[in-house]
Amino acid sequence: MDVVVQLIDATVRVSVPLLLACLAGLYSERAGIFDIGLEGKMLAGAFAAGTVAALTGSAWIALFAAVGIAVALALVHGFASITNRGNQIVSGVAINFIAAGSTIILGQAWFSQGGRTPSVGGDARFGAIELPGAAALRDVPVLGPIYSEIISGQTLLAYFAFAMVPFTWWVLYRTRFGLRLRAVGENPAAVDTAGISVPWLRYRAVICTGILTGFAGTYLALSQNAGFVKDMTAGRGYIALAALIFAKWKPVPAMWACLLFGFLDAISIRYQGVAFPGIGRVPVQLMQALPYILTVILLAGFIGKAIPPRAGGVPYVKER
Amino acid sequence: MKRFIFGLLAATVVAAPAFAADIEPALLFDLGGKFDKSFNEASYEGAEKFKKETGTSYREFEISNDAQREQALRKFAEDGNNPIVMAGFNWAATLEKIAPEFPDTKFTLIDAVVEAPNVRSVVFKEGEGSYLVGVLAGQASKSKKVGFVGGMDIPLIRKFACGYVGGAKAAGATEVIQNYTGDTPAAWNDPTKGGEIAKSQIDQGADVVYAAAGGTGVGVMQAAADAGKLGIGVDSNQNGLQPGKILTSMVKRVDVAVYNAFKDAADDKFTAGVNNLGLKEDGVAYAMDDNNKALVTPEMQAAVDKAKADIIAGTISVHDYMSDNACPY
Repeated sequence: MDVVVQLIDATVRVSVPLLLACLAGLYSERAGIFDIGLEGKMLAGAFAAGTVAALTGSAWIALFAAVGIAVALALVHGFASITNRGNQIVSGVAINFIAAGSTIILGQAWFSQGGRTPSVGGDARFGAIELPGAAALRDVPVLGPIYSEIISGQTLLAYFAFAMVPFTWWVLYRTRFGLRLRAVGENPAAVDTAGISVPWLRYRAVICTGILTGFAGTYLALSQNAGFVKDMTAGRGYIALAALIFAKWKPVPAMWACLLFGFLDAISIRYQGVAFPGIGRVPVQLMQALPYILTVILLAGFIGKAIPPRAGGVPYVKER
Repeated sequence: MKRFIFGLLAATVVAAPAFAADIEPALLFDLGGKFDKSFNEASYEGAEKFKKETGTSYREFEISNDAQREQALRKFAEDGNNPIVMAGFNWAATLEKIAPEFPDTKFTLIDAVVEAPNVRSVVFKEGEGSYLVGVLAGQASKSKKVGFVGGMDIPLIRKFACGYVGGAKAAGATEVIQNYTGDTPAAWNDPTKGGEIAKSQIDQGADVVYAAAGGTGVGVMQAAADAGKLGIGVDSNQNGLQPGKILTSMVKRVDVAVYNAFKDAADDKFTAGVNNLGLKEDGVAYAMDDNNKALVTPEMQAAVDKAKADIIAGTISVHDYMSDNACPY
């Protein structure tokens, strides 16, 4: 029982940045703007969070800075792909490169620690939050450990990430903005005909993407770690994109996909070199490859065809 | 203009023999980067010490991917840099190829062995140093369970693990939980994953975690400190990363190796061959400073001093994992 609880606890922690990045991608891609630059925006956000937290000592100011930088990069992507109708993949890749290079150079110039920002502590981080009654309920069978270990003791940003799932669902399927957002990703001409500005709608979508990637970066830098380290996103932006395809661009399946990836990651950490009854010792390499193997199997066999938003990747040109 | 350049070249040729002791040292770092607070940073410190003492500046290069190795090394050798020091075992394959092409260049490779008449290979008995920090860990642990987080899963890192297990078990630990961060060089630079591994080990009951994982170790130390447990640093003295939360660090005197390579070349005393540095040669040590003074009790100090004396005297022999790819502890 303890092991299961600890595994799920680790799963939740590992999934949070994936989930935030995945939902970020969802807003953008649902509006027809492919965003391969999630990784770069997350990285820039993490760097901004680490830097500002080190300078001001306040996690909240750091969060605002991270969101600001990520939104700025998202607007660059928007400017290139919406206003100038450029290739969205090229623009996204460019953002990844800019973020990977500039964070190291600026970090080295400002802090001289090889692109790392100084370690921060206390108020400069988003620490774990103990929910009321967590200690008291710990001994209740089954529900006690689940509440006190898994639900309580996460960071504020983790709660925010999971709250964003129903919120995103509500925005997408129950608001006028969401309806138009989905429409502009499927058939922008129809949206235009209805007298709604396609560029403005898409700009708002990429701003949402920026905000969420800023949160994801802050979580990496100030919750999971205590500062920025170069290349700290380590491909999570791409895994989030895979999860998005996996989830067929829907918010609730996106959460499950991210939790699945997180769970596999947690398992690979936990069961390295552990001997299983009947099987014996499983090689470390197999455990580490497991997430990727399962991803291929699931993608190939179980989820069926993933159809992207029809207007995705295509710049909208008004008929002349 | 042409004449001017020729003049310059001629001047260089003439001037060169006059300053025979003048060397143009170069240092090549491994992935992980110069300021990884660990292995590469230790080599940087050695080079800086040499620069400060002799006033001779050196060239340096941080590779950002494996494909750059051969190009960087060949460029440095072609430019006439001599001696050239490479930090990290990953350079071995490249050096094997390049060393015969530049027979007059003095190469020093740290952490791996390349047999060539112009190569000095410096390797360390990490097992011995790890044994000592294992003794400290086993005594500091209340649960008698300790953890080990390795970087990339390679025999060199298993050598750290093996010595650590030996020391910890000798000091009364009942279980050593071992994990590795990954199978690619990226495993040296993933503090988030390192932190998760440390948390998982702490969940399983470990209360002292030793990281031999380069930059990944920063995350391990952070996670251990966050959970109120103890970390053990590696390569450089990392005690200051989380003051009061790091039990000790297994220091590998990479700085001395780099310094000696430069210095010997400058004094024309460079020798090729394998230097295997252990406790006896002061090649490895455990770090004590103001940050961890309160964590090490007199009894622990006595035990670790005894273990150290026994290893030097030969009454304890620490098994070298790389000799037979197995760990008997």
